[in-house]
Amino acid sequence: MTANAFEALRDPARARMLADALVRVTSKIGRDPVSVMHVCGSHEQAIARYGLRATFPAALEVIMGPGCPVCITDMPEVDEAVVLAQQGVRVATYGDMLRVPGTAMSLGDARARGARVDVVYSISQAIELARAAQEEVVFFATGFETTAVATAAVLLADPPPNFSVLSAHKYIPPVMEIVAEMPGARIEGFLAAGHAATITGWGVFEPFVAEHGIPVVVAGFEPLDILAGLVRLVELILEGRAAVENMYPRCVTREGNVQAQEKLWKVFRPTGGRWRGIAHVPNGNLRLRDELARVDARRRFDIDLATLWASAPSPLAHQCICGDIMGGIASPDRCPLFGKECVPDSPVGACMVSSEGTCRIWHEYGGVDRRLGAMGAIPPTGPSRTHVKVLP
Amino acid sequence: MSDRVMMKHGAGGRAMRALIEEIFVRGAPDGLPAGSVGLAAMDDGAAIPLGDERWLVVTTDSHVISPIFFPGGDIGRLAVSGTVNDLAMMGATSVLALTCAVVLEEGFPWADLERVQASVRAACKEASAPIVTGDTKVMGRGEIDGIILNTTGVGITTRVVRDSGLRPGDRIIVTGTLGDHGMAVLATRHALGLEGNLRSDVAPIGSLIAHVLARHGDAVTAMKDPTRGGLASALFEMAHKGGVGVVLDEAAVPVTEEVRAAAELLGLDPLLVANEGKAVMGVVADEAEAVLAALREHPLGRNAAIVGRCTSERPGALVLDTGFGRRLLTEPEGEPLPRIC
Amino acid sequence: MALVDFWGVRKQVRLDVVDEPVTVGDYVLNHVGYAIRRIPAQQVEATLSLYEELLTVAATDDLMAADVRGEIAAGRRERGDR
Repeated sequence: MTANAFEALRDPARARMLADALVRVTSKIGRDPVSVMHVCGSHEQAIARYGLRATFPAALEVIMGPGCPVCITDMPEVDEAVVLAQQGVRVATYGDMLRVPGTAMSLGDARARGARVDVVYSISQAIELARAAQEEVVFFATGFETTAVATAAVLLADPPPNFSVLSAHKYIPPVMEIVAEMPGARIEGFLAAGHAATITGWGVFEPFVAEHGIPVVVAGFEPLDILAGLVRLVELILEGRAAVENMYPRCVTREGNVQAQEKLWKVFRPTGGRWRGIAHVPNGNLRLRDELARVDARRRFDIDLATLWASAPSPLAHQCICGDIMGGIASPDRCPLFGKECVPDSPVGACMVSSEGTCRIWHEYGGVDRRLGAMGAIPPTGPSRTHVKVLP
Repeated sequence: MSDRVMMKHGAGGRAMRALIEEIFVRGAPDGLPAGSVGLAAMDDGAAIPLGDERWLVVTTDSHVISPIFFPGGDIGRLAVSGTVNDLAMMGATSVLALTCAVVLEEGFPWADLERVQASVRAACKEASAPIVTGDTKVMGRGEIDGIILNTTGVGITTRVVRDSGLRPGDRIIVTGTLGDHGMAVLATRHALGLEGNLRSDVAPIGSLIAHVLARHGDAVTAMKDPTRGGLASALFEMAHKGGVGVVLDEAAVPVTEEVRAAAELLGLDPLLVANEGKAVMGVVADEAEAVLAALREHPLGRNAAIVGRCTSERPGALVLDTGFGRRLLTEPEGEPLPRIC
Repeated sequence: MALVDFWGVRKQVRLDVVDEPVTVGDYVLNHVGYAIRRIPAQQVEATLSLYEELLTVAATDDLMAADVRGEIAAGRRERGDR
């Protein structure tokens, strides 16, 4: 089989039909806005990459929640990596993490000042670095539970003695609770991350739905997956039904990937911590268990954050209202920092760090239309199917 | 403004433009004859009128690519092609002369130097562009990384093509598949374990451009080569300078299967990845098909395609029609991969 | 480890955490170099049918919607989906 069997899930004709269905079912609700939230960086990226917001009905607000793992990595966590790098330890991390601001500087800044920071595409590359080197290598591990599974697998597979992990991994389900419980929060449904659910199973959302009465639909990442997921979610809102529905059955089951879960919880324990722009999320951070102390960078090294605070820590963070923005309570122009101290080149909160963050989009596109990146005013054109056969 | 130079300042995007404007362009004395295209234009090269409807075109490039040998080419071929192509983008498809200066790290293998030089020679022959002078320096081990090449090129043209000439209604044409160079280099560099036919497109394309300009010179309103930062960066700059909006049809952009798959796997956008053997042109609407046909006649233009058009709406903005919806591309940060050229 | 074809390039992917044994010809879901799910054969078709149902129901007149959904749900239960 040489043709891509999954290409059908990117069929623009079916996408248009699903988009039309979404418009119809949203209008049956008859309110404006109807607010739903997705909590996955990959959903953010797919929506942006395919320009799907242009197809959403005006009355449907699809809010980008705290689903970009890079963006919600808080300053103290970045500071830990920066301090290690400045101490002379070799730090390996995913490329996106380089420009995330810490209290005094980002890892990219530290590198410009002489620290050894390597960009890797996967944790196994970091292992290769450690094997080839004599010095200590610390992997600054960011990402949600799906990515944490890879870190767990690596740590359970006999890593080299000079390798350790600084875990900034996060766990998504608890932050949905936070958003649902925010005073004034208007989120009526959640689109859940399909790949995280591949690991955890969709059953993990049942208690949330039972407690909060808010429907959750698990969706995949192809254009059809996202549109179909939204259609189903809006239908549930229309019916007033609080249920978990799985619209990604090819990858997600109720129990999930049990083997991966075992490895995950063997290596990590959930603990409370700050997410940038949201404050405290109980059980939202994944830290290494005591049994893994040997490979825990926090225990192997003495990370003295005070060395970074020669300049007073920025007071700006206290004024950041990203949490409210993600909860659908506030818009970026209500933030005192927006467009002034907080701009894409020097972002304060997660919403500005992420290229798909609400604040970033407002800033880039001039902020009036809440479905930015889309321009509902431009009617969608039919696709031009110029198939290019590439000649040798 | 930063207080230190960062990698982003070399990426060919927003930060680099800011650095150039702030440090190099601002306050620079001009002193060129009227009608010149100089530093402030930040075009692919400079053009100085000589009288008799002839212009001298001059351009320079430094090459710091890593690794220096990659599938489809090497730093030598790149050094020649990059400069020849910049001249061609200004309309100077016939190269008078090239210079080549080299800075070497102590310990650089002699055999590698010979290999690079052989490649430089071959590319010069292919481009009919002689190297007439140069310079050689050696720095201590660890003081630079291997080798840096700088080439400067001069040519004469009777018509200067600017990168600022786009007008509403013009069509956007690319001369071939996009993302080849960046993805080939990335795959080699990071030992990502990607198997597949990823090859750089590095090549001098003066003869392709000459072929088109000879037949349809007046129909080509603007040209640029999409190197660092890819098609998106080049088009963004062209739209900005031309004061037009550009709507790009993503489905029409030619991308090889390998580049598409590798880019998706790595979370990169082929529209943002460097090319070293391609051009993007603005063409008068009525003649777009004819220009396309002319390009496809030439071996270097077989996969040319019309990929978009210019509008008077949203000047300076780049709109991408994804086939599902549309989105605005903001000014790209630049090339996602460091030391790509 | 398995060599996986991404429709244009091939790459090694680790099998440490995949949920079922994998053999040549299987489809897998890849995340940062790890296969996290063996995607059962015929699942693309099943997915497309799922989306077709959605469109059928969404296009149906309100009066009939509940009936249609009920029928479809019954059909799904019989097939053992979801």
